[in-house]
Amino acid sequence: MTARAIGQSLPRRDGRAKVTGTATYAYETPVDRPAYCHPVQADIARGRVTWLNTAEAEKLPGVLAVLTEANAERLASTEDAELAVLQSAEVAFRGQLIGAVLAETAEVAREAADLVEVTYVEQEHETELTADGDYDADTTGDVETAFAEADVVIDQTYRTAMYHNNPLEPHATTALWQDDGTLTLWESTQGVHPARAKVAEVFGLDSEQIRVICPFVGGGFGSKGMPHANVILATMAARALPGRPVKLALTRQQMFSLTGYRTPTIQRTRLAADRDGRLSAIAFDVAEQTSRIKEYAEESGKPSRTMYAAPNRRVAHRLSALDVPVPSWMRAPGECPGMFGPEVAMDELADALGMDPIELRLRNDPDTDPESGKPFSSRNLAECLRTGAERFGWAERGPRREGDWLVGYGVAASVYPVNRSPESTAAIRFHGGRYTVDIGAADLGTGTWTTLPQIAADALGVPVGEVEVRIGDTDYPNASVAGGSSGMITWGSAVVDAALAFREKFGTEPADGDEAEGSVSQNPDEERFAMSAFGAQFAEARVHADTGEARVPRLHGVFAVGRVINPRTARSQLVGGMTMGLSMALHEQSVLDPRFGHVVNHDLAEYHITANADVGEITADWLDEHDPYVNAMGAKGIGEIGIVGTAAAVVNAVHRATGVRVRELPVTLDKLLPGLSSPGPRRAT
Amino acid sequence: MKPFDYRAPADAATAVRTVAADPSAVFLGGGTNLVDHLKLGITTPGLVVDVTALTSAEITGRHGGLRIGAAVRNSDLSADHRVRERYPVLAEAVLAGASGQLRNMATTGGNPLQRTRCVYFQDVTTPCNKRQPGSGCSAFGGYTRHHAVLGASPHCIATHPSDLAVALTALDAEVQVLGTTGERSIPFGELHRLPGEHPELDTVLDHGELITAIDLPEAPIAANSTYRKVRDRASYAFALVSVAAALRVEDGIVRDSRIAFGGVAHKPWRAHQAEAVLRDAPANEDTYREAAEAELAEAVAVDGIDGGNGFKIPLLTRTLVATLRDLAGEAR
Repeated sequence: MTARAIGQSLPRRDGRAKVTGTATYAYETPVDRPAYCHPVQADIARGRVTWLNTAEAEKLPGVLAVLTEANAERLASTEDAELAVLQSAEVAFRGQLIGAVLAETAEVAREAADLVEVTYVEQEHETELTADGDYDADTTGDVETAFAEADVVIDQTYRTAMYHNNPLEPHATTALWQDDGTLTLWESTQGVHPARAKVAEVFGLDSEQIRVICPFVGGGFGSKGMPHANVILATMAARALPGRPVKLALTRQQMFSLTGYRTPTIQRTRLAADRDGRLSAIAFDVAEQTSRIKEYAEESGKPSRTMYAAPNRRVAHRLSALDVPVPSWMRAPGECPGMFGPEVAMDELADALGMDPIELRLRNDPDTDPESGKPFSSRNLAECLRTGAERFGWAERGPRREGDWLVGYGVAASVYPVNRSPESTAAIRFHGGRYTVDIGAADLGTGTWTTLPQIAADALGVPVGEVEVRIGDTDYPNASVAGGSSGMITWGSAVVDAALAFREKFGTEPADGDEAEGSVSQNPDEERFAMSAFGAQFAEARVHADTGEARVPRLHGVFAVGRVINPRTARSQLVGGMTMGLSMALHEQSVLDPRFGHVVNHDLAEYHITANADVGEITADWLDEHDPYVNAMGAKGIGEIGIVGTAAAVVNAVHRATGVRVRELPVTLDKLLPGLSSPGPRRAT
Repeated sequence: MKPFDYRAPADAATAVRTVAADPSAVFLGGGTNLVDHLKLGITTPGLVVDVTALTSAEITGRHGGLRIGAAVRNSDLSADHRVRERYPVLAEAVLAGASGQLRNMATTGGNPLQRTRCVYFQDVTTPCNKRQPGSGCSAFGGYTRHHAVLGASPHCIATHPSDLAVALTALDAEVQVLGTTGERSIPFGELHRLPGEHPELDTVLDHGELITAIDLPEAPIAANSTYRKVRDRASYAFALVSVAAALRVEDGIVRDSRIAFGGVAHKPWRAHQAEAVLRDAPANEDTYREAAEAELAEAVAVDGIDGGNGFKIPLLTRTLVATLRDLAGEAR
């Protein structure tokens, strides 16, 4: 495959439609006579609904139906308790769906939902995560002896907050049942086929009865990776009004209990090293939460198994089932929180040794994967660290004072596995002198509309302008979810396979209407190689000497992510991931009030996401890495690695600037203030 | 949201009579707070009376000061060159508030009447004495990061969210009000109430009284003034603490000052005790710290699930010291 289109910085094909407002999102799909659905939510954390009085709601002019556990249809499968909407009177978390109103307008639906009176029997609830309890440990070597014999030991507990994905476009559905028993969902999703499969399972339908359409997604970050209760509710509501489309968009507040979140973590992290900084042991014990009704495990320990060359390793997860909403995917689940403790601990170890933290990481860069013993297909972490140090100006890392600001630089490493789903099919058809590639892939802002044609063009050996793609619809061949940074790798592999099949069947001068299919299989090279993307993140932190306000004017990341399909969209992904990591470092925190059991800062005025004014110069760069083993494109996924490591780099920079070590995110000024000296006389800038 | 009637009367007197006669009626200004409350069910008026076209949208000179019509948009207020030159603290406070989009909508008359952003007040599923008198205060023992350390009561520890109001308090502004019995003038520092037994009452305005204008008195000291807002991110966040200050220093001695705090009380907090300490004292950091400590002697922190809000007391001390240091060093 000769790269001609791959590597070109092509503008987004969907850009004009988005900026001019003509792109149609799920809720805005033009349909006739839509009805509107508004959820009724539990306002206790645990118990049972004993009575739902819907009389007042039903009386309201414009109300079409009120759904409750008493009158909702029985679902075919309630195996996934998160999706067993209105199947039981039990309340498992505050905010759980206990009813819904269907009305002629969204306003009437909302008003009627407020008029539903609910009586409960309440039970005691538990919503607070602690680090107490037993851990199921996965151990290699003799960890405790290594700690006992080490020259230097770091033993600290780090905490990351509870985080909520807040995509610009809320979770939204337009659902329509036709008389023939077919269902159409215009759904904001990261995967039309996975969404269809789940809805089919829950409602006991054949997949062929359901069509899911999603040409554009206004962000998801994982929260739209699998259907949540809102999708089931919208579908159920539409069946209650056959022939009428039903629209359901969750409010921002509702998303805080219904569409997943990243669990808070408590990470006891221990490192043992000799005087030269060679690690002899890494131990990582992490406590996390899940909902009592459904297990979701954030695999935060995973990256520390493969990151550094410690011969003795212990990774232990403890998952507490609490009376809380169901956690789910958020950008780089596992790796993102899981690299926070270890990468801050590495900084603490470097301090304890009096060593440059980059040098410490280089000394522990393994030749083979510590977990599997396999060689890496490519591992250019060392080069990322060295190149990044050079470009960022690591030599000037401080600490220093500039006017009222204390300045310091920090670094952290990042890793994210190369994931490929063995399920996707692409079809290529030649028509009117052009090639059309069909695959039900998703573009949740990552650039799929633009990058898939680049891959197809090179595989077909034609100019990219001759290739159209059609994605975001289950009418096109099956595609895997846009998750785990696997989308482009998976779909691209299927497209390459289809292109090769096409050329094999029809040569270079096909006839009008010629068509071929291709698919993606498990990568056989995964047996021989450990495969991950790597990166190094650099942060400049400035902390106001009087107030403790932390600012990050510069972030720089250097990544080894294989071949980059499109520098423009790739940079956008990496910079976006780093911005989200900055947000995690300084701002984001879902505050769950254990007395009530819900997140109380559940809007964008109080749940702080890094805003424009907080973002200085964020730059992402990559090495010229060619990895022939990962896939035909030589590309690794880039959707997630940008966030990994960023928060640790910021915390390490803040420490260098101030001498204050914050081990609990976010780094808010109250955590810095006690460690800052009294306001001194103003110094010259 | 509950359906409501909407009226846009032809003049302010009619609007006042209409609202005064209907206990369920409210005035609508920019709507940047009211519309949220309608959606969230925090307020359920039967009648919304639009007053944005009924009061002046002009800023005019008056007795050496300025009169700001109640309908002046926040964005226009912060851009007015007279405000920027003679009362920089006010322009800076407005620019520190909300977002550009909100400032384009919000009005000078409405802004001081915005209600607390206490998360329990904002959530109708949790008890709140301010929203529903007698139901209890969920903030005690809850998420208290944004709550009061001065002037609170056992019934409420909410803070007032407006930045503009803090600057107006420091500037000794006057509020012009129209009621059913005619006009009256209220010193800005007396407009808002402390929670006491009745946290549901934000201000001393009677139901139906309409703010028609805000007067800024002639104040040469205000030319050397500034607004320092400390918050959890660099924009679009309410103040953890804020300081509005004007300072006059002569020969190294503080001759006069105007100081108000935001983010720490149920109302914009005029720091009279700090001003008294500063008067005729040497302009240095020790004096500034003494002034802050005098004002904060009565401050009380509350515990909370997030570690409580005790950090606000040293934070406010440090912020006031830094603000006065800057004003003393850079006469404008």
